[in-house]
Amino acid sequence: MIRARGRRAAVRGLFYLAVLLIAVVLLLPFFWMLASSFKTQVDIIHWPPKLLFKPTLANYARAFGEQDFLKYFKNSSIVGATSVALSLLLGLPAAYSIARFAQRRISVFILVARLMPGISFLMPWYIIFSRLRLMDSYAALVLSHMLIALPVVVWIMSSYFESIPLEMEESAMIDGATRQRAFRSIVLPLSGPGIVTSTTLSFIFSWNNFMFSQVLSMEKTKTLPIAIYNFVSYAEVDWGAVMAVAVSIMTPAIVLTMIFQKYVVKGLTVGAVKG
Amino acid sequence: MIKTGFVERNLKILFPLPAVLFVAVMMAFPVAYTLVLSFTNWNLTSGAPPAFVGLRSYARVFAEPRFLAAAGRTFLFTALAVACEALLGIAVALVLDREFVGKGMLKLLLLLPLVATPVAVGIVFSLFYDPTIGLADWALSLVGLPKGAWVSGAATVLPSLVLVDVWQWTPMVSLIVLAGLAGLSPEPYESARVDGANEAQILWRITLPMVMPTILTALVLRTIDALKTFDIIFAMTGGGPGYASETLNILGFKYSFEYFRMGQSSVILVVLFLVVMASSMGIMRLRAGTPA
Repeated sequence: MIRARGRRAAVRGLFYLAVLLIAVVLLLPFFWMLASSFKTQVDIIHWPPKLLFKPTLANYARAFGEQDFLKYFKNSSIVGATSVALSLLLGLPAAYSIARFAQRRISVFILVARLMPGISFLMPWYIIFSRLRLMDSYAALVLSHMLIALPVVVWIMSSYFESIPLEMEESAMIDGATRQRAFRSIVLPLSGPGIVTSTTLSFIFSWNNFMFSQVLSMEKTKTLPIAIYNFVSYAEVDWGAVMAVAVSIMTPAIVLTMIFQKYVVKGLTVGAVKG
Repeated sequence: MIKTGFVERNLKILFPLPAVLFVAVMMAFPVAYTLVLSFTNWNLTSGAPPAFVGLRSYARVFAEPRFLAAAGRTFLFTALAVACEALLGIAVALVLDREFVGKGMLKLLLLLPLVATPVAVGIVFSLFYDPTIGLADWALSLVGLPKGAWVSGAATVLPSLVLVDVWQWTPMVSLIVLAGLAGLSPEPYESARVDGANEAQILWRITLPMVMPTILTALVLRTIDALKTFDIIFAMTGGGPGYASETLNILGFKYSFEYFRMGQSSVILVVLFLVVMASSMGIMRLRAGTPA
């Protein structure tokens, strides 16, 4: 009896050790980034690495002062918000039609954009946008980020629309409403959670995108991921300031994820479980 | 009956049309253009217009040792990363499938790597691997080992990059597998318990086989994305030291935007595209073959 209880306690202990280990591994890079962003240069290069130190805001002041970071923040926000809004505009009706009329081919055609290596369209875009004098324009960046956002919207929303029962639209249509009217005034108002999910995820993916912006943007439309990359590759690395920038880039996406946790999980796993 | 309007009658076409046109213009046309360019010897720096050379660009690229090495490296990186992510991801999902104090918190933590900006993640790991102040060397020193070469050694760079990918994307596998576990029917478990099966038997004979289709789905997604890994490699090593971490995606990028050899870069892009498509279809077929 006592022996069995002891074994059970040991198993429990091991289990919580595993939980703790997972948490530490997940958090360590975030923790170290955050800690380094508040360290002085002297504390950062201290060996062995310092866990206790007097925090300073100098890195943030330097990062935001010397570089045009507010501009890059603005650029990332403009590109993210515009490409998500336009993707919803194109994606919602498409997803509805795919869900209601089982248009598998159309859905595959749009979703292939999610599978393809981005560089197989980036190279032609570079040539075309140069010819059209659209390099370093918001238009080119928004169009390229829409190709990230649109498949996310269509993927999440087509499965969301499928889960909305057909009866409500049908009864509205029997009462004389057109199908597009039923979509607008009955289906869309019921789609809040799906729209929140697809908006959050596609905005984060646009926010984090590096490759498209690296090629298509220059000084005027430069987004945050490019800014931090340039910060590291040019100057002698100022780790404190770089980590302050890394914290600033990741914070919006992480805050969104904390607020919309349930939706983010749904969006990332949708379609993975069923047939 | 109600008279139906133009939109009503053609809704099936009109609703998806803008999205389809957009994808056609932004994806299908550029991919076709890349395919056409792959049969030319176009070099943007020469100023000469593209000339058709048949399969000569393919021959040039396939004979290039740097290309073959990059192709092999792409597969190696993907195989290592996806294997680690599968094992760790399933293990973490099994831990999270139980009830325990702090479960909600751990599930939130699991999401954080997935939404963290990959370039910034790469840069944070560069600080870990830094030869003078890196935490990675400090960890080795704790167990009495000498400093490692990490991303600056030709032999260690690929595993060091795999580690970053594994940190960032293992949670994706866990999340998907966890959703699969939540959807399993309880009946087989009940009858197994009645028959006196132990935990290990239940795990191997019931849980894993039942959740296998979901695991394979997660692996398809991870394989596709691992083959295309760009941000962390570009930010941490740029393909170096030498060419030691150059994958097809990095090589294609350099051919396109550093050397401007568009004909040859198109060949690399076509190959990468075919590899990604073939791998996704291969694993999809594997999945179709599993029961349930």
